[in-house]
Amino acid sequence: MNQETARYYVPAPSTWPITGSIALLFMGFGAAFSVNKIPAGYWLLTIGFSILFYMIFGWFRTVARESEAGKFNDQVDKSFRWGMSWFIFSEVMFFAAFFGALYYMRVLSVPWLSDLEHKILWPDFAGGWPASGPGITQKFTPMGPWGLPAFNTFLLLTSGVTVTWAHWALKLNKRGQLKWGLFLTILLGFLFIGCQAYEYMHAYSELDLKLTSGAYGATFYMLTGFHGFHVTLGAIMLTVIYCRVLSGHFKPEHHFGFEGVSWYWHFVDVVWLGLFIFVYWLV
Amino acid sequence: MAAVHHPDHGHGHEHEHHGAPSGIMRWMTTTNHKDIGTLYLWFSFMMFLTGGVMALTIRAELFQPGLQLVEPEFFNQLTTLHGLVMVFGAIMPAFVGFANWQIPMMIGAPDMAFARMNNWSFWLLPPAALLLIGSFFVPGGAAAGGWTLYPPLSTQMGMGMDMTIFAVHIMGASSIMGSINIVTTVLNMRAPGMTMMKMPLFVWTWLITAYLLIAVMPVLAGAVTMLLTDRHFGTNFFNAAGGGDPVMFQHIFWFFGHPEVYIMILPAFGIVSQIIPVFARKPLFGYSSMVYATSSIAILSFVVWAHHMFTVGMPVSAQLFFMYATMLIAVPTGVKVFNWTATMWQGSMTFEAPMLFAIGFIFLFTLGGFSGIVLAIVPVDIQLQETYYVIAHFHYVLVSGSLFALFGGTYYWLPKWTGHMYDETLAKTHFWLSMIFFNVTFFVQHFLGLAGMPRRTPDYALQFADFNQISSIGAFGFGLSQLLFLYVILKCIRGGEKATNQVWEGADTLEFTLPSPPPYHSFETPPIVK
Repeated sequence: MNQETARYYVPAPSTWPITGSIALLFMGFGAAFSVNKIPAGYWLLTIGFSILFYMIFGWFRTVARESEAGKFNDQVDKSFRWGMSWFIFSEVMFFAAFFGALYYMRVLSVPWLSDLEHKILWPDFAGGWPASGPGITQKFTPMGPWGLPAFNTFLLLTSGVTVTWAHWALKLNKRGQLKWGLFLTILLGFLFIGCQAYEYMHAYSELDLKLTSGAYGATFYMLTGFHGFHVTLGAIMLTVIYCRVLSGHFKPEHHFGFEGVSWYWHFVDVVWLGLFIFVYWLV
Repeated sequence: MAAVHHPDHGHGHEHEHHGAPSGIMRWMTTTNHKDIGTLYLWFSFMMFLTGGVMALTIRAELFQPGLQLVEPEFFNQLTTLHGLVMVFGAIMPAFVGFANWQIPMMIGAPDMAFARMNNWSFWLLPPAALLLIGSFFVPGGAAAGGWTLYPPLSTQMGMGMDMTIFAVHIMGASSIMGSINIVTTVLNMRAPGMTMMKMPLFVWTWLITAYLLIAVMPVLAGAVTMLLTDRHFGTNFFNAAGGGDPVMFQHIFWFFGHPEVYIMILPAFGIVSQIIPVFARKPLFGYSSMVYATSSIAILSFVVWAHHMFTVGMPVSAQLFFMYATMLIAVPTGVKVFNWTATMWQGSMTFEAPMLFAIGFIFLFTLGGFSGIVLAIVPVDIQLQETYYVIAHFHYVLVSGSLFALFGGTYYWLPKWTGHMYDETLAKTHFWLSMIFFNVTFFVQHFLGLAGMPRRTPDYALQFADFNQISSIGAFGFGLSQLLFLYVILKCIRGGEKATNQVWEGADTLEFTLPSPPPYHSFETPPIVK
């Protein structure tokens, strides 16, 4: 171990974090103005996102270069593992809030609103699930599980296999198989996103299932929407990893960037299984 | 981006190499845990003064019955923002500041595990603070539904509420990143021989706190996201007409909120557990039981949330469960209070400012804990819900708990940080002024609450006038006393008696093996802990 890697790598002062903070300053004010229909808000939001993308690109490029320069010793690698694990745990808790809302509405608030006490207030509300709510008159058709959602499950589960296949290849230094595995994973990921987009259009235009469709609509779109957003992030992350693989990055014994992204990918996979069971299937 | 900790600049020949930036850029780009700790501490102090000015405006209005100074709408904005600013702007960042300064030095690490992300964790706070404070100046003013942001009030208010929601998102991101950093640092960066059960208790309590933060900040983010979509995108999470329930917000909020109150007190336990043994000149009594007690408190904090909402109409079985679970927390907390007291027992005690604040903490925090037990009892709580008794209770645990520990910790480590001893006489004066005025302010609020004075009101019945006047006088005394604190700190930074490495006679943790002030990069080569 040479002198460089014997020490724990502490990065030099960097302008990336403050750039990100400026981005979030614009985004915070921009979002607050935008949701209140103040035109300046859209500009602020656009500027904020542009700075954020610039920052993310630059910061990750810096990290990738540091990694390729061999600055990260085993202890740094272990830090990355702890860090990514806890980050994924925080994401789990974020989804837990929305799953909690789903269970609460389904098991508690919707039955309460249709019970005997509430008959005076809402005589026509039958409750049950899927339900919109006593004050919403517009009817909707719930999303059935065995069409597109089941196909989406197949897509994501297969992508979990292909990313693992790619990981095996990376460990055995089979770069060809690695590239194919990653390529297929990304393809399946974007296919999933496309299917979700199609499903949303179908729901809005033919099923009358909208974000405003009460309890079912809100939980359906918020859960699948945040999941879809995370799949999109994951697919972008996989694409970055793919580009890095094409440029010859990662070694069989040193490739946490790849592993972290594959962990993230498995995480969105598991969340999807929860969604498939509780949002689509058990209705 | 070469490793800047090489003193010889010619070394990093293959990289563009420049020295550390100076001036404002040093603070904006720093990756040094001590710099970032300093930023956190000054930021939290500024927020403390900001929230304090709001509190004093509230107390000035409440000095006598009737409406004198502010409009009721503005009064509600003040109580809301006072809570948010103090919780998210003052207390939490102050503890993170201590964590940044102390954890690497206490476990013998070169820096935090993710030094660059550490910078971002801090620099996310000023944009969030600008959103929060800026919300006073938009049409409709700041959020006014209380710091808990309950719907339906929070689904109706103006743009200030949206700014608050996004501020909470940004502060949440900051907390999560900071916590991931702390957990990773503690688990992966300890010096050889520093086993988990040899770690100083401040490190232990922060490890557990960071775990709590990672678990609950995302839940708060989810809750305010649902608020946002209910406000602007037509969802019905908190609207009964759409199958939702405003009470659901309270469940989700307090699932965050109760662990949150332990987030604000566990590091305080850690600081007190560092101070007491040093000034009693005895090892901490029951170290391992302290660790287990802290863990128990953290685990229990996830199953007590509904004691904040006994009056929303829940089944008696649920009320009983949450009542007993809440009371159970008194057991591990009692273990801690017992251990601190037992540490002092037959010790060779001296009463410098850190010790005074630590003892003040034990005394007053325990009082706040007792009033917490009172509030845990369902039939009593139903009487006291939304009264000044609740205000008195949580100011006893947050001001004379968290804040006193922060004061104590500041005096304890200030000589280490600055290299100078602070002015002991002035510090002791600060303690006694704080101690007296704190009790003048808040002790009488117990009586106000028991007599039925509701919280969050700018006006009140004549019968409450006397106690409110006493409370307001105390509040101004307490607020002004904090300027003395600022003066002591500034004086200590500018000079004073040279501090030794060990600073305090009984100090034996790793940071006291370093010079005072410690070098910019401490423990580049890890010390061996026996």
